Amino acid sequence: MDEILLKIEDLFIEYQTELETVRAVNGVSLEVKSGRTLGIVGETGAGKTTTCLSILRLLPDRTGRVTGGNICFRDKNIYSLSEEEMRTQICGEKISMIFQDPMTSLNPVMTVGSQIYEALKYHNHENKTREELERRVDEVLELVGIPAERKTEYPHQFSGGMKQRVVIAIALACEPELLIADEPTTALDVTVQAQVLAMMRDLQKKVGSAILLITHDLGVVAQMCDDALVMYAGEIVESGSIEDIFTPGSHHPYTMGLFGAIPDLDSAVDRLTPIEGLMPDPTKLPDGCYFADRCPYAEELCKQIHPTRTSLSGTHTILCHRFSEGLKEVSHE
Amino acid sequence: MDRTNEKRRGKLKEFWRRLRKNKSAIIGLILLCLIVFCALFAGVICNEDDAYRQDAHNRLQAPSSEHWFGTDMYGRDVFTRVMFGSRISLSIGISAALLSLLTGGTLGAVTAFYGGKVDDIIMRIMDMLMSIPATLMALCIVAALGGSAVNLFIAMSLSSLPEFCRLSRSAMLPIVGSDYVEAARAYGSRNGRIIFKEIMPNALGPIIVQTTQSVASKILTASSLSFLGMGVQAPQPEWGTMLSEARQYMRENPYLVLIPGLFIIITALSFNLFGDGLRDALDPKLKD
Amino acid sequence: MTKYIIKRLIEIIPVVLGIAFIIFAILDMIPGDPARLILGQTATAEAVEQLRDEMGLNDPFITRFASYVKDVIFHFDFGNSYKSGQPVFAVILKRFPVSFKLALCGMIGSCVFGIPLGILSAVKQNTRIDNIISILAMTIVAMPSFWVAMMLVLVFCLYLGWLPSTGHTTLKEFILPTITISLANGCSVLRITRSSMLDVIRMDYLKTAQAKGVPKRVIIWKHAFGNALLPVITTVGSIFGSLLGGALICETVFTMPGIGSLIISSIKSKDIPVVMGALIFLSACYSLVMLAVDLLYAVVDPRIKAKYSSK
Repeated sequence: MDEILLKIEDLFIEYQTELETVRAVNGVSLEVKSGRTLGIVGETGAGKTTTCLSILRLLPDRTGRVTGGNICFRDKNIYSLSEEEMRTQICGEKISMIFQDPMTSLNPVMTVGSQIYEALKYHNHENKTREELERRVDEVLELVGIPAERKTEYPHQFSGGMKQRVVIAIALACEPELLIADEPTTALDVTVQAQVLAMMRDLQKKVGSAILLITHDLGVVAQMCDDALVMYAGEIVESGSIEDIFTPGSHHPYTMGLFGAIPDLDSAVDRLTPIEGLMPDPTKLPDGCYFADRCPYAEELCKQIHPTRTSLSGTHTILCHRFSEGLKEVSHE
Repeated sequence: MDRTNEKRRGKLKEFWRRLRKNKSAIIGLILLCLIVFCALFAGVICNEDDAYRQDAHNRLQAPSSEHWFGTDMYGRDVFTRVMFGSRISLSIGISAALLSLLTGGTLGAVTAFYGGKVDDIIMRIMDMLMSIPATLMALCIVAALGGSAVNLFIAMSLSSLPEFCRLSRSAMLPIVGSDYVEAARAYGSRNGRIIFKEIMPNALGPIIVQTTQSVASKILTASSLSFLGMGVQAPQPEWGTMLSEARQYMRENPYLVLIPGLFIIITALSFNLFGDGLRDALDPKLKD
Repeated sequence: MTKYIIKRLIEIIPVVLGIAFIIFAILDMIPGDPARLILGQTATAEAVEQLRDEMGLNDPFITRFASYVKDVIFHFDFGNSYKSGQPVFAVILKRFPVSFKLALCGMIGSCVFGIPLGILSAVKQNTRIDNIISILAMTIVAMPSFWVAMMLVLVFCLYLGWLPSTGHTTLKEFILPTITISLANGCSVLRITRSSMLDVIRMDYLKTAQAKGVPKRVIIWKHAFGNALLPVITTVGSIFGSLLGGALICETVFTMPGIGSLIISSIKSKDIPVVMGALIFLSACYSLVMLAVDLLYAVVDPRIKAKYSSK
C-alpha cells in the first residue's frame, strides 16, 4: 500500500515575462504514496497551484517554465513523455485534477454529461461502445450524488456545490490513481464544503485514489490528510505526517504563525490568523531565509544565509536555522 | 499647478518610451511622416502644372528618369499627380476624421452625460444609421450634395457619426459617474463646461486611437467613392480617381494602377500602424 | 421563444421607418427634377409642371413621405423606377439573387480566411506567427477593395487568363469577386476571432479539458472557439447583412448585376425611387439578419437560450 506514486524532486519553476522573472517554486520535493492523502498548506502565492499545474504540464505555455528538478509518476519522468503520451496515458487517466472555482471550471456551452463523456472517450482503451460509455457517465454522476437524468443539463443549471460534484465526477470518471485537488472547497459555502469533502473521502475509499490536496484551510487538512506540507514563497518550510504538524513541539515559525497558537489536533483551529508583513517579492527573493522579514525569531544569520532542511524525526522535516544548528533546541510553550 | 504639469510631463515621457519600443508604431510614424512630407512639399518637389498639363506625344510612357512613375493616358506626369494626390487624400481623410470626432464625440459626450431619454433617443437613431454601411451612406449624401472634395469630406464625416458617437459614449460613461464629475456638479459648474473641461479630456485615449485609425478608413472610403465617380472629380489628381481613369489601360501599363494603389495602402497602413501603437502606448493593459 | 421572435420582428418596423425617413430626407436634397427626368429635355414646361402635380412633387416634404410610407405599408408599393417605369420592388427582386449568392460566398470566404487565422494568432499570441498575421491583416485592411479587385483581374484574367473578370452565372465567375470581398471582410472576422479567443483562452474550463486529456485540437476548436463564438457570429452576421444589400465596389468592378451596382447606377441617373427602395430593402435585410444572429446565440449558448425562453 505504501508504494510511491508521485515523486517530485527539487522542483524549480519560473514565470518569465518581458519585464521580470517570477520565481514561483524553489526546490520543492515531495512524495505522494498510493491511497494516501497529502495536503499542501500555504497562503496565496506560495506556489501551491503552480506546483500542481506542473505535474500535469499545464503551466502557461510561453511564460511558465520548469527550470530544474524532476517529476516522476510511478518512476516515469513526466517531462520525458511526449505530448501524446502525456495526454492519453496520464492526463485524466492516471492523474486528474480539480480546480478551485467550480463556477469557471466547467465549459458553459456543453452539457455536463458530454463533459464527463469526453473524459471517458479519450481514454477508451477497451473500445467500449458509445452506450457503454454513456452508462458509465450515468454511473459516475450517481456516484457523486447527482441523478443521471441531469446529464443533459448545462452547468448554469447547477448550483456551486453541484458543479463541484460534476467536476469531481469528471476527475474520477477514469478512476485515476492520483487526484490533484486545488482548493476544491474554497469557493463553496461552508455547509456545502463539508458535504463535498465528505464525499471526496468516501470516493477515495471506493476508487482507491491518492489525493494531493491544496488548501489554505488547516481544518480541511486535519480532516482529510495523512501527511501535510507547509509552503512559503515557493519552498516547503515544514513537512511531516499529520501528527507531526498538528502536535505541539518543534515547528517552523511560519507554521506556528499559521495556527496563530500552538497547534493542537483537538482544538478546533480552522482559520488562518494573519501574520504580520507580506511574502517576499518573488521577482527578487532575498539571499537568506525567505521568511526572515516576518519571523519573530529572526537573527542576523537568518537574513544572510538560506537555511537547509533538517530532519527532526522519521517523517518530520523543517527548513529553519533554529533547528539546523542543533544549538537552540527550543521547546514551545 | 506645477505638480500636475510635472505629472503630465512624466506621463508623456512614459508614453513616448512605450511608443518608441513598439517597432510597428515607429514604422507607421516614419511612413506617415514620409506621406505628410510629400503632401507638404508637393509644390516644391514638382511643378503643379505638370499634374494637369496634357501631352499627346508622351502618352502612357513607362517609368523613366524623366517621368519617375511614367505618364498616363493624357501624357500627364504620374509622379506629380501622385504627389499632389497625397494632399487631397490626407486633407480629406484628416479633416473628415476630425469633423466626425467633433460631432460624434460631442454627441456621445452629451448622451453619456445626460443619460435617460436623451441617451435612449440618440442611441436609437445611431443604431438605425449603423444598419446602412458607411460607404453607402456617404454615397447618398454625396449624391445629394454633388461630387466634390468638400462634399466628400462632409459626407464621410456624417456617415461615421454613429461610430464615433458610440465610442465616445462608452469611453465617457465610466467618467460621468466618477467623483470629480460629481464634485464639479456640486460646485455648480455649467453642464457644457463639465462636458468639455472634465469629461472629454479624460476619455481622450480611446478616442484619439479611433480618430487615427479612422483617418485610414476615411482615405479608403474617399478613394472608393472617387473611384465610383461619386467623389473627387477628374482631372483632380485624387488617387481613387486616377485608378478609375487608368482601369482600361492597366493591362499594358500596370504601373498606372500599381503606383496610386500602393500610395493608398502605405498611407492607410501608416495611420493604422501608428494608431495601433498609440493604443498600446496609451494603455498597455489593452494589449492582450 | 416565439413570443420573443414576434416582439423582435415588431421592433424592426420603427427602425426601418426611421431609416426610410432619414434616407428620404437625404435623397430629397438631390438636385434635379424627376418630372423633367421622366419626360425628357424636350417636354414643355407645362407638361413637366402637370406631372409634378400628379406625382405629388409639389407637396410638402412630410406629406410626400407619409404617402410613400402609406403606399409601402398598405400596397407594398415602393413606386416605379423613373428610368424604366417598372415597379421598384420587382427591379430589386430581379437583382437580388446575384447579390444573395455573392453575399453567401463572401461570408463563407471571410470565415474561411478569418477564423482559422484568428484562432491561430490567438493561440500563438505574441509570437512571430501572431505578429506576421496581424501585420498581414493590417496591410489587407489598408488596401482599397476596388484596387484589390483590379489587381486580381490584372493577374488572373489579363496575365494568366485563368479566370473570367465578369459574369455572374458559373461558380468560376464568382471566384474573384468572392476573394475580393473575403479579403476585406475576413480581416474583421480575423480580428474579432482573435480578441474573442484571447478572452476565452485563459479560462479554467480549458485547463479542466486539458487535465482530462482532451486533444489540443479539440480543446481549441470545440471548447475555446465554442465559447468565443458569439462576437464572431455578430460580426459575420453584420457582414452578411450589409452584403445582402449589395457589394457596391465588387459588383461595379466585376460588372455583376446585383443590388450594389443597381444602387450606384440609380444614384448616378437620379432614379430616386429605386435608390430609396434598395436602401429600405437593405436595412430590412440587415435587421432580419441581426435578428437571426440573436436567435443563433440561443443555439450556441444555452445560458442565452434560457434567458430568451424566460422572457
